[in-house]
Amino acid sequence: MSESEQTTKTNNGLASRRSIVLDFLGSMNLAITIFVIIAIASAIGTVLKQNENYLDYIIKFGPFWHEFFLSLNLYDIYSAGWFAFLLAFLMISTSVCIYRNTPHMLLEMRNFRLNSKIKSIKLINGSRTWPLDGDAEQATKNITQLFRVQGYKTKSKQHDDRVIVAAMRGRWNRLGYILGHLGMIVVPLGFIIDSTMDIAFLEWSGKRAIDKESVYVKDMPKESQLQPDTLLSFRGNVSISEGQKSNFTLLRIRDGSMVQYLPFAIELKDFRVEHYDSGAPKSFESDLIIIDKEKDKRFEQTISVNHPLYYRGYTIYQASFGDGGSKLNLKVWPFYDYKKQTLEVDTFVRGNRVLDTSAGQLTLEIIDFKKYNVRPAQVGDPEGKKFVNDGSSYVFKVRDKSGQAREYNNYMSPVNQDGRYMFISGMRTNPSESYRFLHIPADDQFTVERFMNFHALLNNTERVHAIATSTVSTTLKNAPDSEKYKANIIKTMMELLDRFNIGGFDAIKEHIDRAEVSSEQKDKMADAYQKVLNTLLQAVYMDVLQQEGVDSSKPISEAQERFYFDALATLGGLHRYGTPFYAQLTDFTHVESSGLSIARLPGKNVFYFGSLMTIIGIFLLLYVNQQRLWAVIYKDESGQQTLVFAGSGSRNTEDFRRHYQQLVEKLERVLGLSK
Amino acid sequence: MSVTNEAMHDDLKQASFFKTLSIVDWAFAAFVLYGTGYAYYLYNYLMDGYEVAILFGTGASLIAMGWWWKPSRMLMAAIAFLSLSAVYLYEPAVIALKEKGMGSADAMFALSNLDDKENSKFLFKYFLSSTSAIMWMSALYIMATLVYFYHLGLRNVYAGKVATAMTWSATTMGFVGLMVRWRESYLLSPDIGHIPVSNLYEVFILFSIITALIYLFYERKYKTKTMGGFVLLVISAAVAFLLWYHFSKGAHEIAPLVPALQSYWMKIHVPANFVGYGAFALAAMLGMFFLFIEHAKKPSTANQVIALILIFGVAILTFLANFGADSFNTIALNLAYSLATCAVFWVMGFGIVRAMRLIGENNLPKLDMLDDVMHKSIALGFGFFTIATVLGAAWAAEAWGGYWSWDPKEVWALIVWLNYAAWLHMRLMKGLRGTPLAWWSVVGLLVTTFAFIGVNIFLSGLHAYGEL
Repeated sequence: MSESEQTTKTNNGLASRRSIVLDFLGSMNLAITIFVIIAIASAIGTVLKQNENYLDYIIKFGPFWHEFFLSLNLYDIYSAGWFAFLLAFLMISTSVCIYRNTPHMLLEMRNFRLNSKIKSIKLINGSRTWPLDGDAEQATKNITQLFRVQGYKTKSKQHDDRVIVAAMRGRWNRLGYILGHLGMIVVPLGFIIDSTMDIAFLEWSGKRAIDKESVYVKDMPKESQLQPDTLLSFRGNVSISEGQKSNFTLLRIRDGSMVQYLPFAIELKDFRVEHYDSGAPKSFESDLIIIDKEKDKRFEQTISVNHPLYYRGYTIYQASFGDGGSKLNLKVWPFYDYKKQTLEVDTFVRGNRVLDTSAGQLTLEIIDFKKYNVRPAQVGDPEGKKFVNDGSSYVFKVRDKSGQAREYNNYMSPVNQDGRYMFISGMRTNPSESYRFLHIPADDQFTVERFMNFHALLNNTERVHAIATSTVSTTLKNAPDSEKYKANIIKTMMELLDRFNIGGFDAIKEHIDRAEVSSEQKDKMADAYQKVLNTLLQAVYMDVLQQEGVDSSKPISEAQERFYFDALATLGGLHRYGTPFYAQLTDFTHVESSGLSIARLPGKNVFYFGSLMTIIGIFLLLYVNQQRLWAVIYKDESGQQTLVFAGSGSRNTEDFRRHYQQLVEKLERVLGLSK
Repeated sequence: MSVTNEAMHDDLKQASFFKTLSIVDWAFAAFVLYGTGYAYYLYNYLMDGYEVAILFGTGASLIAMGWWWKPSRMLMAAIAFLSLSAVYLYEPAVIALKEKGMGSADAMFALSNLDDKENSKFLFKYFLSSTSAIMWMSALYIMATLVYFYHLGLRNVYAGKVATAMTWSATTMGFVGLMVRWRESYLLSPDIGHIPVSNLYEVFILFSIITALIYLFYERKYKTKTMGGFVLLVISAAVAFLLWYHFSKGAHEIAPLVPALQSYWMKIHVPANFVGYGAFALAAMLGMFFLFIEHAKKPSTANQVIALILIFGVAILTFLANFGADSFNTIALNLAYSLATCAVFWVMGFGIVRAMRLIGENNLPKLDMLDDVMHKSIALGFGFFTIATVLGAAWAAEAWGGYWSWDPKEVWALIVWLNYAAWLHMRLMKGLRGTPLAWWSVVGLLVTTFAFIGVNIFLSGLHAYGEL
C-alpha cells in the first residue's frame, strides 16, 4: 500500500473530494483499526455467553445492565447490526484497496521495464559495472540464457544507445495480492448470505414475530411460521422419536422461537447408539426416511455424526439424542398405610399421572429414562472390571398441589453395594443438588417384597399389638409380677414403634432429649428404649419371615440377618424420603429420539470459494518473491563497451542479496569479466 | 579459457531439478513410497477415500520435504526405524500376555512396568513405550535449552553442536512417542484407536516437536545456534506443562474419541493448526530476544514501560480468572502470588539484559537477522493457520451443522488471524521493522496462547474436548 500512497501523492493538486474519501477508506490505518475493533467485539462475544436464556442474564447482571446489554445486542453480537456494519466497512475498505492497486499490480506483472535508463539502473542498490570485451550479441545471448536457467522470464530490447535485457520471476506474487484481498471480500459475502438478516428484516417490517409461549408447534401463531422459501438461510433443531416424522425444524431466536417448515418430511425409522466400556457414547446414528411429495420421492439414508445427509440444499445432521417417550411399567408401593394395595401404572417418558396417596393427591411426572448407568468400578474390583453397569433407571418428579416438587431417580434392578443388593432411589428437592439415596435391601429373591411386607406389618397396629403381646408374654413368662409390667411394656413398645414409624430413629432420640431428666438417666432411657424397640422389631421381622415360609425352628441365615439391619437403617430414615410411596420400575419399552440439526446455508460455497482465493493469495503473496534483473550493454563516453547489472527483490531482501551475489559471480564467470 | 568454457557450460545449462537429486534422494523417495504403499496394503480396509488420499498426500509431502530440506530425511529414517521397532516388539508380547488372560491395557502396563518381573520388557520401560519416549523428549528438550544458553553465554562451539544434536534427538523421540501412542491406542482396542492429536496432552507434544522442527530449519539456514536457547524456552514451558499434566492429571492415559472427533479431518486440521501455533511461538521468542538485545544495547524507558504493563496485565488477568467465589484469604494469597510472579519476571528481565551485555553485542545474533527470521516464521505460520482455520470450518460444516458458528474457539482463531494479518500488513505494506513488530509478536503469543489453551480453560463451547 505504500506504493498506492505514492501514486496518489503524484496527483498533487487534484486531491478532489472523491480521492480524499478513497484515501481514507483505503488507508492502512483504517484497515488495522477495523481489525482491532472486530477482534475486540468478537472477544466480548466469547466472554459473554451468547444466546442464553434471558432470565439467566437478568439474574447475572441485574435488570439495569441486562437492558443496557440487550440494547447493544450484546447477547447476540455476531448478528447485531453494528457488527454487520463493521464487517461491511472492512469489505469496503478492502474493495477500495483492490480498486486502487489492481491496475498497477497487473502492470507490474507484465512490465519488464525495458525502457529503464542506464542512470536509474545504476542507482539501484548493489548495481555492478564492468568493462565488457567481445561480442555484445553473444554476451546478450549468454546473459539471457543465464537468467533463464535461474527461472527468470526475459525480454530484451535494442535501444539506440544500449541493449537491455530485463528479467523477472515470481510475478504471481502480485496476483497473490489481488486474490488474497478479493477472497476477503468473498468470505464475508458468504457470511452475509447465511446471516439472520432476512429474518431480522421480516421482524422489523412486522411480517413475522417470534413466539415465546407455545409449548407445541401446532399452537404457534401464523406470524411465527416460516415456509420453505421464506428465508434464504437458517439453522434449526428438531427432535424426532422413533417411528415419528416431522416436516419442520425449530429456530431459536433470542428468547423465543419460530417454526421453519421443510418441503419434505423426515421420518425416524430407527436410532442406534453404541457405547464404549466407559458408557460414553461411541457412535450414534439414525435411519431416516425422506418423504418428498413435491418431487414424488422417498428414500432411506443413515446419518451419523460427521456424516450428514445433503438433500435439495438442506443438510440434516445427527446432533444429539434423547428419550423419545419410552413406555414404562411401574409398580407403586404405598408407604405408611398397610391397607392400601400396590398400584400398577403404565406410563411413558414426559407423561403425567395423578395418584391418590396418604398425603393427598400427588402428580407423578416422568422426566427421563436411561437404559444404562455405567460408572467406574471400585479399585481392585474382584472381577478386574474397569466399569460397572448398574442397569436402567428413570427420573421422575412428584409434585404436590401447591406445585412443590421433588425429583427422584429410581434404579430398576438391585445394585451391588459391598456385596449386598439394594434397590436404589435418589431424591433431591432441587435440580442443583446432588441426589441423596434411599437403599431398599433386596430379599432372597432379589425383590423389594420382604422390605415392603416388613414395612406394612410395622404399620399394622393390630397385628403388631398381637406380636408385642405374645413376645412380652414369652419373655416375662418366668418373671414374678409379670402381669404388672406387661401392659406397661406393651404400651411403651407400641408408642416407640409409632414414633419410629413416623419419624424413624430421629423421632425417638428427640423424644428422649425432651424428657425432663438428668443426662445420666437419659442414657439409661435410651438403652432401655433401644432394647424394647429392638425386641419388638425383631419379633415383627421374624413374623415377616414366617409368612414368607421360612422355617422358624432354624436360626436365620446370615443374609437374612444382614437384611434386617439394612432394612432398619432404611426404615429409620424413610421419613426423609418425602413421598409416601416407592414407584418401582418393573418393565419398559425403550423408545429413543434423535436430535437433528437442519440447516440451509447457501453461502457455504461462497465462503469456500473466498477461502480458497485467500489461501492461494496468501501463499503467492508471502512465499513467492517478485524479483527483477537488468543487464544493459552500452558504450560509455570513452567508447568502452560496458555492462551494467542490477536487481531488486520485492521482499526477503536478505535472501535476494545472497541470490544476487551468486548471479554476479556467475556473470563474471560466464562472460569472463574482470572482478 | 577451457576452464571458462567448462564453467560457462555448467552455468548456462538448464539445471533440471530432478538432476540435482542424488541417489540418496531417490532411495529415500523409494522407501517412502514403499512405506506408503505397504501401509495402504495393510490398512486400506479400514480407510475411507479421504483417508487414502491423506495417506498418499502425506507420502508425497514427506518426499517433497526430504528433497527440499535434506536433514529431515535422517529424522524420518530414525522415526521410522524406532517406531517400527516398537511395533515389532509390542505385537508378540501383547499377544502372549493376552493369552495369559490379560486385557490389552493390562498387557501394555505389564510390558512397560519393571515391577512386573515376569512380563516387563526393559526396552519398553525405558525407551520405546510412548510414555517413555515422551519422557525422553521432555528431558532432552530441557537439557538442550540449557546447553543452548551455555553455548550463547560462553560461545562454546562444541556445546552448540551438542545442543543441536539433543534437539534433533528430542524431536525424534517426540515423533516416536506419538507414533507408538497411535499404535498403542489400536492395541488397547480397535474402536479406541485414533491418531494422537485429539487432546491437550497430545497436541502439546505436537506443538513442541513442530516448533523445534521449524527452529532447526532456521538454525541451519542462518548458520547460527545463538537463537536456540530462547526458542527452546517456549518448548521447555510446553514440556513443563506436559509433565504437570501427566503426573497430576494422568493425562497420558489414552482415552476414546467422542463421536464428533471421529473424522479424517482431524488428521489435517490439527497438524496444520500447530504449524501455525509453533511458528507464532517461535516468532514471539525471537521477538523477545530482539527486545532484550536491543535493550542491552540502548536501554529505553518505553520498552521498560511496555514490559511492565504486559507482565502486570498478564498477572492481573490470571488473577481475575482465578477469582470466583474464593474466600478473602485465597484472593489475597492469589493476588500476592501474582504480584510476586510479576516481581520475579521483572528481576529476571534485568538479569537477562545484564547477561546480554556481558556476552557482548558481537556474540549475539544480529537484530536484522532476528527481524528477518521473525517475519519468515510469522509468514509461514499465517499461511498454515489460514489453511487450518478453513479446514476447521469445512469440518464444522460436516459435524456441527454450519461452517462458522461463532464458537469461542472459532472466534479466537479469527482474532489470532486478524492479529497476524495486521502484523504482516504493517511489515509488508507500511514497511514497519524492528522494535514495534517485536513487541507485537510477543503480544501475539499471548493472544495465541489464549486461543490455544485459554479458550479451553475459561470459555465453554464446542471445542470442549480440549479441557484441562
